[in-house]
Amino acid sequence: MYQQLEARLTAGDANFDIQRFDGSLDEAKEAVLDESYVSAIEITESADGLPSAVYHSADYSTQSIEMRLQNELQQMKVEIATNQSGIDPAIIASIYEPIPFENKLIASGDGETSDVKTEEELSGARGLVYVILFLLYFTVIAYGNMIAMDIANEKTSRVMEILISSSSPVSQMFAKILGIGLVGLTQILAFLVVGYLVIVQKQDELVGGFFEFFGLSDISPSTFVYAVVFFLLGYFLYATLAAMLGSLVSRTEDVQQLMMPVTLLIVAAFMITMFGLNMPESTIVVVSSYIPFFSPLSMFLRVGGLLDIPFWEIGLSILILIATIILFAVVGARVYRGGVLMYGTSTSLKDFKKALQLSKKE
Amino acid sequence: MTLKLENVTKKFGSFTAVDNLSLEIPDNQIFGFLGANGAGKTTTFRMILNLLDQSSGTITWREQKIDYSKSDLIGYLPEERGLYPKLKVREQLIYLGKLRGMTKQDVIEELTKWLDRLKVPQYMDMKVEELSKGGNQQKIQFISAVIHKPQLLILDEPFSGLDPVNVELLKEAVVELKENGTSIVFSSHRMEHVEELCQHLCMMQHGKPILHGDIREIKRSFGKKNLSIQADFNLDFVERIPGVVKVKYLADRALCQIENEDISQHILEQLIGKGFVRKFELDEPSLNDIFIEKAGAAYE
Repeated sequence: MYQQLEARLTAGDANFDIQRFDGSLDEAKEAVLDESYVSAIEITESADGLPSAVYHSADYSTQSIEMRLQNELQQMKVEIATNQSGIDPAIIASIYEPIPFENKLIASGDGETSDVKTEEELSGARGLVYVILFLLYFTVIAYGNMIAMDIANEKTSRVMEILISSSSPVSQMFAKILGIGLVGLTQILAFLVVGYLVIVQKQDELVGGFFEFFGLSDISPSTFVYAVVFFLLGYFLYATLAAMLGSLVSRTEDVQQLMMPVTLLIVAAFMITMFGLNMPESTIVVVSSYIPFFSPLSMFLRVGGLLDIPFWEIGLSILILIATIILFAVVGARVYRGGVLMYGTSTSLKDFKKALQLSKKE
Repeated sequence: MTLKLENVTKKFGSFTAVDNLSLEIPDNQIFGFLGANGAGKTTTFRMILNLLDQSSGTITWREQKIDYSKSDLIGYLPEERGLYPKLKVREQLIYLGKLRGMTKQDVIEELTKWLDRLKVPQYMDMKVEELSKGGNQQKIQFISAVIHKPQLLILDEPFSGLDPVNVELLKEAVVELKENGTSIVFSSHRMEHVEELCQHLCMMQHGKPILHGDIREIKRSFGKKNLSIQADFNLDFVERIPGVVKVKYLADRALCQIENEDISQHILEQLIGKGFVRKFELDEPSLNDIFIEKAGAAYE
């Protein structure tokens, strides 16, 4: 039985080293503890010639080896048992053979199936959705905070008054959003390039479930365009919000407190889309794809992960998003104008009112 | 060619920060704004610079409203000092200068000149946070306000927190700027700075202008004069002479405030024959005297 096991184990993997141990079980255990061996297996043969085994190891870190041994022994057992009962091995083989199973799309009236996304495209899109989700989540939290922090810093160091006397608060606000956006893009690109290079280098090792499921190889160009559009819109929405909030605080310590609701919003959006990743047409995803704070993620999930969405739905979502951004920009610019002249310790919503008041005539 | 404020009022909710202020600030002069903290000086400056909108009234400079299209012509030193602490002086000024429409080369050139002028050339490549807060950061900030050769320069408390040597340095710089054609508006709660530098001034209290115009005119129309007497005999009787408003006795002399200069001659007549008079001096009232009189409040 040992020779059979060794032959099976070394056939698939030349690195696997198994040896018959001439000695008692206790000596074998000692040898494992001395680290002469990774682990020891004690195989006994029952009366009807079937194997049973006890696996001895120093800790649980060798589970993969344990699994392989168990697998091989299992197969050997099946072979031995069928041999004993006299069944033809050919019959066994046909029992285990997978059935032919094919996935075919129903052609529509005009015999076209081309506008339906292929399976490869779907998993590609799923991968892209996943990547964009993380990117947007990460970007908003990191760079939104950076924007708010930067503005609060300029207020704390009181350099703000020189700045607003030199150029208009509105252009400053958007310059800040754009500037930090570009910083963000540079950093993200750096991450992506490094990540891509690593994946290409190790391509042979990274096969299997995850990469097949999230394969990025077959993405349709439109999905990619939507990814960029929703990513940018999402960034602008949250960045404007962050800039507005940043202008309200006068100490950097208060930034975190004021950014909290924003962080919660993006976390909520993230949760909804994670939930919707496997069922992009569920009601909550559909509804949230029209709500500005969630739509960059959930609308993209629908666009990327689904078969076909009428263009007007995407358009409507984008329009709502743009309108909200403009609204926030207008309100934000006014809050910013008053906020930057405001110094105090409170961090409540009353500050909004105060800042708006400061920026208008009365 | 003047800065003109007409009936300017600024309200914050129910609080009136500036109340019906009308001013004309002539070009090529130094105009002084006086008043305690909270008198409305900074609010007025912010309105002039269009950082705040006035509740009512108009502000024009050269017949036009000041907005960001004119920011290259205007310099501003805010009361709250602040620069980027982590940036070097050079980088800092290049950034601020570019915001005012300068090129990098111009900035470096002017900055070198100014640092020499203010006797701190070694600061060029130092970070702002390494400079002392009071004097040296303030010098750098002053440079940031004037580096682009503004035609209108607004200085909010430019001398506060400086030692006397540096005050003199900055004063000289301010006067030189004026002679080169810059119109300067500056605020202070130090009367002597205003007295020394300005031809025109405006005194504010609780948002209201209580006095404004030509400084000599103000002094002349105030009427009252100061009289300083030093003598070897008791001067108590002086305060009973009609026309003497008040007398302050110091260790070696008496300081009298009198209704007008004619009174001084009555006093002189009464002094004669009483003993040895060492000093008898008639003087213009100081701005401080006028302010105390007008505002009824004491000033540092």
